[in-house]
Amino acid sequence: MTSTAFDNVIAEFEPVIGLETHIELGTQTKMFCGCSTEFGGDPNTHVCPVCLGLPGSMPAVNRTAVESTIRMGLALNCSIAPWSRFARKNYFYPDMPKNYQISQYDEPLCINGFLDVTVITEDGPRVFRVEIERVHMEEDTGKLTHGGGAGRIHGATHSLVDYNRAGIPLIEVVTKPIAGTGSLAPDVAKAYVTELRELMRALGVSDVRMEEGSLRCDVNVSLARTGESWGTRTETKNVNSLRSVERAVRTEMIRQAERLRDGNRIVQETRHFNEETGNTTSGRSKEQAEDYRYFPEPDLIPVAPSEEWISELRTTLPEIPSVRRARLQQVWGISDFDMASLVNAGALDLIEQTIHSGVSEQAARKWWMGEFSRIANERGCDLVDLTVQPLDIRQVESLIASGDLTDKLARSVFEGVIAGEGSVAEVISRRGLKVVSDDTSLIAAIEQALAEQPDVAEKIKSGKLQAAGAIVGAVMKATQGQADAAKVRGLLFELLGISE
Amino acid sequence: MSSIDREQVVHLGRLARLELSESEVTHYTEQLDQILGAIAAISEVAAEDIPPTSHPIPMTNVFRDDIPTPGLDRSVVAEGAPAWEDDRFLVPRILDEPA
Amino acid sequence: MTEKIHTIESDLVRQSAATLASAIRQGDVTSEQVTAAHLDRIEQVDPAVHAFLYVNREQSLGRAREVDRGIAEGKISSPLAGVPIALKDLLATKGIPTTCGSRILEGWRPPYNATIVERLEAAGVVSLGKTNMDEFAMGSSTEHSGYGPTRNPWDLERIPGGSGGGSAAAVASFQSPLAIGTDTGGSIRQPAAVTGTVGVKPTYGGVSRYGIVALASSLDQAGPCARDVMDTALLHSIIAGHDPRDSTSINSPVPDVIQAALSADVRQMKIGVIKQLQGEGFQRGVLERFNAALDLLAGLGAEIIEVSCEHFQYALGAYYLILPSEASSNLARFDGMRFGIRRGDDGSNSVEQVMSATREAGFGAEVKRRIMLGTYALSSGYYDAYYGQAQKIRTLITRDFESAFSHVDVLVSPTAPTTAFKIGEKLDDPLAMYLNDIATIPVNLAGNCAMSLPIGLAPEDGLPVGLQIIAPAMADDRLYRVGSALEAALVDQWGGLLIEEAPAL
Ligand SMILES: [Mg+2]
Ligand SMILES: [Zn+2]
Repeated sequence: MTSTAFDNVIAEFEPVIGLETHIELGTQTKMFCGCSTEFGGDPNTHVCPVCLGLPGSMPAVNRTAVESTIRMGLALNCSIAPWSRFARKNYFYPDMPKNYQISQYDEPLCINGFLDVTVITEDGPRVFRVEIERVHMEEDTGKLTHGGGAGRIHGATHSLVDYNRAGIPLIEVVTKPIAGTGSLAPDVAKAYVTELRELMRALGVSDVRMEEGSLRCDVNVSLARTGESWGTRTETKNVNSLRSVERAVRTEMIRQAERLRDGNRIVQETRHFNEETGNTTSGRSKEQAEDYRYFPEPDLIPVAPSEEWISELRTTLPEIPSVRRARLQQVWGISDFDMASLVNAGALDLIEQTIHSGVSEQAARKWWMGEFSRIANERGCDLVDLTVQPLDIRQVESLIASGDLTDKLARSVFEGVIAGEGSVAEVISRRGLKVVSDDTSLIAAIEQALAEQPDVAEKIKSGKLQAAGAIVGAVMKATQGQADAAKVRGLLFELLGISE
Repeated sequence: MSSIDREQVVHLGRLARLELSESEVTHYTEQLDQILGAIAAISEVAAEDIPPTSHPIPMTNVFRDDIPTPGLDRSVVAEGAPAWEDDRFLVPRILDEPA
Repeated sequence: MTEKIHTIESDLVRQSAATLASAIRQGDVTSEQVTAAHLDRIEQVDPAVHAFLYVNREQSLGRAREVDRGIAEGKISSPLAGVPIALKDLLATKGIPTTCGSRILEGWRPPYNATIVERLEAAGVVSLGKTNMDEFAMGSSTEHSGYGPTRNPWDLERIPGGSGGGSAAAVASFQSPLAIGTDTGGSIRQPAAVTGTVGVKPTYGGVSRYGIVALASSLDQAGPCARDVMDTALLHSIIAGHDPRDSTSINSPVPDVIQAALSADVRQMKIGVIKQLQGEGFQRGVLERFNAALDLLAGLGAEIIEVSCEHFQYALGAYYLILPSEASSNLARFDGMRFGIRRGDDGSNSVEQVMSATREAGFGAEVKRRIMLGTYALSSGYYDAYYGQAQKIRTLITRDFESAFSHVDVLVSPTAPTTAFKIGEKLDDPLAMYLNDIATIPVNLAGNCAMSLPIGLAPEDGLPVGLQIIAPAMADDRLYRVGSALEAALVDQWGGLLIEEAPAL
């Protein structure tokens, strides 16, 4: 992971980073109208006069979106403003129906919080406190598809606009400048966004499906020569995956360091992140001249949450992910690294649910982190997308305990369940995966094997017990793997009158 | 208060997406200057400790329940559009450089 | 027989809305007949007046027939069922052209109805069409319409006021008994004053703004226009009330304006005369009529008290910062991308060029002037000095009103400083034009309600003069109490409504 170029940056410079994260809330309807927020609808089918910005239409605030924002603010240890307002951010862009975005400006709903994030280093875990400047509400824009050229904005001859996404509620979480991270800056950035995502999921305010673009980051980076005051920052827009967050910080640190070393100034500007190359490129300089002309949104009135409302919302907060992780890590007795892997795989909830359904903690972890992670990797999907349920695992585990399934057979059962062949019972019967436990047929198979390999029988009788493997193997083969090997071995010794 | 010059008028025209002709720039420079001059008196009112009023009737916390309501038929949406293609609004190229 | 019907029909257009509604209710006449009579009148006089931008005879008659059936079946019962109305072209009407007096919206048919339009339909009020206005309601003369000016029925060479000149002129010329206007700085009241009709700007938030194309959101308010106070009250009661689609709409019962209009009693009432809204800048005949009206009110048992509203002198300045600021943002959506006209899209121009060309071609001079002014006032570095300071002055003006209303029940002033001026007279002098709204603007800044009603003709030019009554927020009933008392006394004097004096067209 470390590169010489990056090491050189750290030798000379101290990075300061900042993150602005936009996350789509999982409400039923848009921020200011009753249109559905469902992802993937046919273009321009979730639209109305309000979210198309038609003349005369007026916004009306979604209560659930406000509550979600307050809950997020509380979970981020913010103060909830007793009085907050929406403002208009004015600029022309065809994905924005009104040519202004309803957002919050100088009166956000939540201010001054923090989020502790853990980064695993060679010297063990390190906790960084990321201070939160504000959490506010705003609306998403429509989706542009660029026509002509290569499907990118550059070289396009025209664009097409789908306003289904326009007006979907977003919360924007803005950090204060994060200093003192040194070479860990990219990791801290990634850990912060990961933690934010976990928090949103735990609160149930968003399922944060990054592949659908429901979380987007703007990454601010500046460098100062060690010991000097802060440098000029750049803002890299639309960094849309956890990996990209890390890469964007890293490449921007390297780029800035190279410029500074060459005696150039850093231009305060907006930069674009290229997901394919991992590089950032300069945005249009004209954007610097943009003047958003913010003013209070006159179509809406202030949001002034009462103490009672805030307390009520506070009671709905779940256990905060970091607290929960610490608890589980202790109960399960696993390492920081193992816990980090579980979190990364998104397996924590699944394992906990599986344990709740009556499966041993060890078995639950074994299945999710072993077999299921492997399948999810192969399929390129998330663990949650596998059709296997905690109760399936409990059923299979109890069949293993009763000797009706072997480990190998159990894997085959799950393979079938995940392939959509039916329930655990259906897969067992369809694939014929029952352990052959009928003594008579097993004894017959053993006798047959002994008859075919008389020399082996003699070896065993003479005390070379390890020779039993050949007979057990033959029996397993004869029963197509559906016998319990230990049982076969027991029966064999019994038959030969040997005690182990 | 500062008076307004041609350069500012050109900049404002750009911000407001108005393609002003040379004569319009001259015209608006004069008129804006005149109007701003006439209303300059408002800055003389000492109002440091006066809270601003952005909404004449004091109200707070008006919300809508998060319940979906039917939107518009796409055919109706398409009918109103100046240009439409592939179920979407067609707009000219976004970047300024020629295609 | 034929002759008799003709007499009734020619009479129909001169009746009040209340009379027409009761005749329709009693089956003396149908809504279809009433509607047809007004459509005939429109055909006859509107070529000269140009109050309407859109009339669809068949649509209106079809709707009237539906309402007739609804009334017969007992499904529609409202105090104005079957009566025709004219709608300012700022109201979104589903499937019916809505231009806001602007070329940029030429041919646009909204896919939805404004809340007011829905309420009128539910009440069985029949729309005759859409009325002319200053483009996007920016103006005081209706000369700034993208479709040519409306003329004052009292003198076709003069302006009918604005921005709702079309609505006022339609009512004044007996083309419609009722109209809807919108009032951001006086656009209902000033046209009412100069056309000898009645107009009310309800309390801000009293009537839903949903579906009314916004000029300045924190100032806009729709309201009723009619020829007498009772008709205005009836219309007010139908369009007012809470609407969840307008977050600034007030969620409390509508004051009983009909009962107030019936009571017509000013005894024991304290009426404040605003010191700052008389004298300099006000036409002699306007003040003369105003003082005579005050005497009349005193004679009816009201106590007349002079009050001072010191900060009103800054109202115009604050207004001409707040309005353009909000308007510059509200009008940003008119960019030729989703609705309305598009210009300059030759396949090579960028979206910025096409937006700019569309707005340049679609907006008139006054709209551009105000967009430029608003863009300036909101831009960084100027916000505090302009928009921010204007909002503070708004607070001071509101305090002036509060302190005045602690002494008096209502305030009065002339509605406009002058009678109707000549078309073209102030077109090149925006500042002179803006001065027209000097008396009406403070009310919008504070969100109060106000009425203008005719109080006679100025002796020097024989043109109508209006008196403005101002009441505190949500005390709209007081306007009607005072207005109907004064109207009754004037009708006694004149032997009929002032509008009956208007020259035949
Ligand atoms: Mg934002
Ligand atoms: Zn919508």
